[in-house]
Amino acid sequence: MVIENQKVLLARSLCFLGACAFSICLNFSSPSTSTAQSEDSRLSQVEQINKYIRQTWSDYDLKPSAEASDNEWCRRVYLDIIGRIPSVDELKAFSADKSADKNRALVETLLYDDAYTEEFARNWTTLWTNLLIGRTGGMDNNSMINRSGMQKYLRDTFARNKPYDKMAHELLTASGKTTPGEDDFNGAVNFLIDKVNEENAALATAASSRLFLGLQVQCTQCHNHPFNDWKQQKYWEMNAFFRQVRAFPGGMRGSNAAAELADQDFRGESGNIDEADLFFELRNGLIKVAYPVFVDGSQIDRSGYVNVVNRRKILADKMIESPYFSKAAVNRIWAHFMGYGFTNPVDDLGPHNIATHPELLDYLGQEFRSNRFDIRKLISWITLSEPYSLSSRRTKNNESDDPLLGEPPKFSHFYLRQMRAEELYESLIVATRAGESRGNYEQQEALKSTWLGQFAQAFGTDEGDETTTFNGTIPQVLMMFNGDLIKQATSAKGGLIDRLIANPKLDNKDRIDFLFMSGLGRKPSRDETSLAKQLYQARAGDTREALTDLWWVILNSNEFIFNH
Amino acid sequence: MNYRTPNGMSRRHFMRHMAGASALTGSALAMGHTLTTHAGELARNRKSAILLWMGGGPSTIDIWDLKPGSATGGPFKPIATAGDMQISEHMPMMAKNMDKMSVVRSMSTREADHMRGRYYMHTGYVPNPNVTHPSYGSVIAHELAAQRPELEIPPFVSVGGGSEGPGFLGMAWAPFSVNSSGQVRNLDMGITPDRLTQRMQALKLLETEFISQDRGISAMEHAKVLDKTLNLMTSKQMAAFKVAQESEEVKERYGQNNFGRGCLMARRLVEVGVPFVEVNLGGWDNHQNIFTTLQNQRLPTLDQAMSALIEDLEQRGLLEDTAIIWMGEFGRTPRINGNTGRDHWARSWSVAVGGGGLNGGLAIGKTNEDGTRVEGQSYTSEDLMATVCQSLGISLETTFTSRSGRPMKIANSGKMIKELIS
Repeated sequence: MVIENQKVLLARSLCFLGACAFSICLNFSSPSTSTAQSEDSRLSQVEQINKYIRQTWSDYDLKPSAEASDNEWCRRVYLDIIGRIPSVDELKAFSADKSADKNRALVETLLYDDAYTEEFARNWTTLWTNLLIGRTGGMDNNSMINRSGMQKYLRDTFARNKPYDKMAHELLTASGKTTPGEDDFNGAVNFLIDKVNEENAALATAASSRLFLGLQVQCTQCHNHPFNDWKQQKYWEMNAFFRQVRAFPGGMRGSNAAAELADQDFRGESGNIDEADLFFELRNGLIKVAYPVFVDGSQIDRSGYVNVVNRRKILADKMIESPYFSKAAVNRIWAHFMGYGFTNPVDDLGPHNIATHPELLDYLGQEFRSNRFDIRKLISWITLSEPYSLSSRRTKNNESDDPLLGEPPKFSHFYLRQMRAEELYESLIVATRAGESRGNYEQQEALKSTWLGQFAQAFGTDEGDETTTFNGTIPQVLMMFNGDLIKQATSAKGGLIDRLIANPKLDNKDRIDFLFMSGLGRKPSRDETSLAKQLYQARAGDTREALTDLWWVILNSNEFIFNH
Repeated sequence: MNYRTPNGMSRRHFMRHMAGASALTGSALAMGHTLTTHAGELARNRKSAILLWMGGGPSTIDIWDLKPGSATGGPFKPIATAGDMQISEHMPMMAKNMDKMSVVRSMSTREADHMRGRYYMHTGYVPNPNVTHPSYGSVIAHELAAQRPELEIPPFVSVGGGSEGPGFLGMAWAPFSVNSSGQVRNLDMGITPDRLTQRMQALKLLETEFISQDRGISAMEHAKVLDKTLNLMTSKQMAAFKVAQESEEVKERYGQNNFGRGCLMARRLVEVGVPFVEVNLGGWDNHQNIFTTLQNQRLPTLDQAMSALIEDLEQRGLLEDTAIIWMGEFGRTPRINGNTGRDHWARSWSVAVGGGGLNGGLAIGKTNEDGTRVEGQSYTSEDLMATVCQSLGISLETTFTSRSGRPMKIANSGKMIKELIS
């Protein structure tokens, strides 16, 4: 029945296509050669990914889409690895490279070449800042978070390729001050600083379990889980690990003084520090006691003295040993590159939520672990895999593979997805202001934060839930139509258009080609070129105005805003 | 109303430009607007709904269903109202208006997590990994917007918060989020209508080409939202967002705060025909010091704005056509915790509804002596949603088809709360 309905939908979309009275041939550059694929496959992890994914295709009778063009693939890896689209020069360099293992060479350049370290670190800092403290964390006066402290820590982490387990351990166990420049500065404390004082560290319990284990324990704070066998007891046993830590505000509300996160002895709720306990209430009113017990059931010494048992440290050790730890990380990074994780939501690996490719998830988790939790290695396995190389153009033989239809993802074609607001920002800067000085890192980030602030929206709960209006809705389109950033991109003095006009070696055809390559990573079709000429006539031969219009159109197109 | 269109032109004039400028790329590129449709003789459904969303989970045991004298009761006293029920002493202005609102005291739900509760109360469905359900506003806008061709601004507006999304109905039915100042950013392109028209037509060509490459639904959705945005940019109805145009007296009556301005904006939006407006008031997640927070902050703000909205709608003859729903994601524990707070509680709590032809002045259902469970018939999110849809003239037989082809009854087959519908 599901398949039948998809046929209806397919028929509808075909009608839609039929309504177009014209068709256009696009000049895509030649697809990457099959030898490149076999070279890449030297990585055994890539081969394994391909094997597992192909198995699903044959199980479901799907045929993968063709490979994406060189330029499409190149745009994709730049966006996903360093958080922006490639410049025209970068695209040209990639298509000029005729070597068989050029894909691998590009991935390695983006991951390991010093020229890209800053952008790599910036991108992953942004991603992890949003995960750890949200898009709004540290933005208002009631918060103890110092956002730049968090970012500084993450930037060091990713620039130095710190292993993922080390990062997690540091975030879970950090002590010190939130703000750079303080004697006792430790940026990692910003993860927990706002999560430990209220409600007996409910937020710390929930966020740590969800982020690092993919386990959603927050539902069991007040009752047993409705969908699996987790009991309320388990929540409070996890919570007990966070009872030896406290956040101390640096000054009055709203002051900028640095807050501090510190370990302190937990006396236990009944006052026996050697058996430091806590109590919780079942829904039937019964009171129960809990001590720290990890999700796998392993118990630890119940002492509340930090120098006898540091509960956070033991928790971090146990989390890292857990198979959930590596799987949660792999699932999240897979989802970043492939558009969907093996579970939905990506941070729920609980027993009620079966993964789409459980064996592959297990395998990648083990490989990630045995490769010392090296994120860059994991990234190269995924980006060099066959599913990541496929075109987002669907075919009759894989159109049913559409997670938007509620189907579990089979990865038989690349899934279209919108750029994040941060990616758009960085891409525009590269596409329009290349070569210009951008000020120092802090200045750049402050400018970006202000701009991003217009899209952030909090829900007003104690858990700091939030959403973004940069999600394909009208405010986003208004910003793309008329916002300052776009105005600047299309008409800044000395900006891209001015530079194109000032270059005497270029004719108008070259200029049009450059804009298409710059925004969409491809040359214009014949129809598009003639469209540009019409714009030129409509502007009565004013080249600057015509190019401004064309650039505006390109930046506002679906092809630009979607990672495809 | 002298809202500026691009270059000071009227909308009608602008749209003539849009229609006339086809010389650029040919008729295949004509924009998909319904520029000139008139409803003609169709019987007009003028109904709307305003959802007052209390983010965080309001303590309904301290507002609508007090338990004086019980261990769980807290310090607030009940007072008499114009309706057939008592409510909190800290809601005196609402007390005078309770003949127009009813309280459903027998809500019993299962979702006591913020995200899940928000989703469930907005959609009538529990979260499901394989399908995203449309929220109240998307459903109602989807059902009523077609009957209002004159509406040029989005049919679902959310003031001061994000609401829930349009789910499988698609991004064209997403909430249009604004803050309570009513300033919509980035409305002005600063170029002539001719030039805007040419840009839009060129853009249409690129959009259509990318869509034709069959890369997925999202590419099409993008094109639809472009159309909606263009519609809005050139509409005089955008003036409805400008609460600042109201007199000081009116602004004072609603309250000079975000929620007050939001409620006032809701009235203005309903007046121009927007079928669904959500106004957000957060800060109800009172795990500690709940009574001082309620008494000094939340309840005075709520009481003032909500009563102003009801009185204003009534005076303008709009209350009969405008359903008002007051709710959050759940209630709060009858038991008062060690920090003088109340925690999340979904098993027995209240919502308030009225207007739109729903019966006012009633207390429907009841909880036991200490408020820990519902006695007798209880109601769910689905039931409430079905009742609201019925009051808006939307058939409960309406069925949506999710993207996977799964049929889904409106309001998840909820049962009407009969006392509310005469």
